[in-house]
Amino acid sequence: MSHEERNRRNFPPMNANTGAATMPDVDAQGASHIQASDMVMQSVSLRVNGTVRQLEVDTRATLLDSLREQLSLFGTKKGCDHGQCGACTIHVNGRRVNACLTLAVMHDGDEITTIEGLASHDALHPVQEAFVEHDAFQCGYCTPGQIMSAAALLKEPCGPEDDDIRECMSGNICRCGAYPNIVAAVKSLRNRA
Amino acid sequence: MIPFTYVKAKDTHDALQRVRDHNAVFVAGGTTLIDLMKLDVMTPSSLVDINRLPLDTIEHLPDGSVRIGAMVRNSDLAHDQTVATRFPVLSQALLSGGSPQLRNVATTGGNLMQRTRCYYFRDTAYACNKRQPGSGCAAIDGYNRIHAVLGGSDHCIATHPSDMAVALVALDAVVHIQGRDGERTVPAGEFHLLPGQTPHLETVVQPGELITYVTVPKSPFAAHSAYVKLRDRASYEFALASAAAALELEGHRIRAVRVVLGGVASKPWRSPEAEHVLNGATADEQTLQAAAAAAMKGATPHRHNAFKIELAKRAIVRALKNAIQSTEEKQS
Repeated sequence: MSHEERNRRNFPPMNANTGAATMPDVDAQGASHIQASDMVMQSVSLRVNGTVRQLEVDTRATLLDSLREQLSLFGTKKGCDHGQCGACTIHVNGRRVNACLTLAVMHDGDEITTIEGLASHDALHPVQEAFVEHDAFQCGYCTPGQIMSAAALLKEPCGPEDDDIRECMSGNICRCGAYPNIVAAVKSLRNRA
Repeated sequence: MIPFTYVKAKDTHDALQRVRDHNAVFVAGGTTLIDLMKLDVMTPSSLVDINRLPLDTIEHLPDGSVRIGAMVRNSDLAHDQTVATRFPVLSQALLSGGSPQLRNVATTGGNLMQRTRCYYFRDTAYACNKRQPGSGCAAIDGYNRIHAVLGGSDHCIATHPSDMAVALVALDAVVHIQGRDGERTVPAGEFHLLPGQTPHLETVVQPGELITYVTVPKSPFAAHSAYVKLRDRASYEFALASAAAALELEGHRIRAVRVVLGGVASKPWRSPEAEHVLNGATADEQTLQAAAAAAMKGATPHRHNAFKIELAKRAIVRALKNAIQSTEEKQS
């Protein structure tokens, strides 16, 4: 690969899937003693955006890392990697979850939907349309998670007020502060329903 | 994260057999465990996945009690219509915890087993008797704004983070624990342990045991109950102080009452002192204030958290008022 061809999408990933040989982990006492041979691989079959994908995963790999690094689905974002920001929100069997706090190996046979699978063919999902219409983002990093969360919210119990939308969307942090327009986008969809 | 083996348990018996390995742990929702494994705070060598266990139902039994499977997700329990009507404090507590995404995976059993949010517990660079017994407590002389003012010891002042558990204690819930030798039951109020000299021991669950159910009995005060959580932002944050209140009124007189605190103590903190003030008394402002003061009389503040004493009192008063209001709404 020439230097010019490298970008953030094809740069060799350094994570739990591939990084064990070069990045030894440390235990609670700070000792670095993990060998690459200790890595435990397991196969898992995920149905991702309607397609069955057979993967060999390190048992340590989160669903988030597997989606991004093994399946090249970079739409799902890694923000905090600790369940505190919601950027990695996806749907598992129709329910929104944080992909960073669950292991890929735990999802054998599960139906996974990411932002890439939300639209149908060339038509945007109504939530995507509403986000465009209401300018519900600035930098866009949290947006895939916000949209996946909003799409799930529309099928969940959530009160009628704007404050209820804020509460039901509270698992998604937006550092740009696009919240007023995010609430407006979600509200427009609820009014339509 | 250190490497680990992974296996999916077929049923409860299978799960109990498979967790025999040294340093093997159950994984349910994983929202605490995987977080702490990434931080090298928890370092299991083997995970036994219990997500396929048939413990995911909410059963409303003929005697008026409810039997909640350990694998019931927090969101499903919170939105169960009967739970929301008959045990509002439980529904409110659950909905105040985490985010919708977290509640969709977090389980009833896992919520009881969740670990403290103490910064020093979560960072292996610091001393922590809970994480590494005998290493000391970095919080006692450190930044302890979020720490306990009740129930702490010279070895640990971490708080228990659960909202759900606070509500379960207020409802006299019972935790069912399965071991290889059979089942035992423990009242929710006795499920968590005080730190004392052994802060690494947090619950009565022994290695190799599994929480299977939580039962909540019918009671005259369960339906008149409320949860108030006070925190640094309006949502998606752990409590600085919270209160669960449940009461039975006869006119304006309190016949039976439960007051339990969260976010201020080493474990979900029932206050017999507050209940003593309230039992048999008239439910007026003065009585509620006196009960709140009684609850916090024995509190020991640390350098950065004295504010929690006043905050907890206000949580208690507001939770009691909400519970009283729900009683009046039901009577009218």
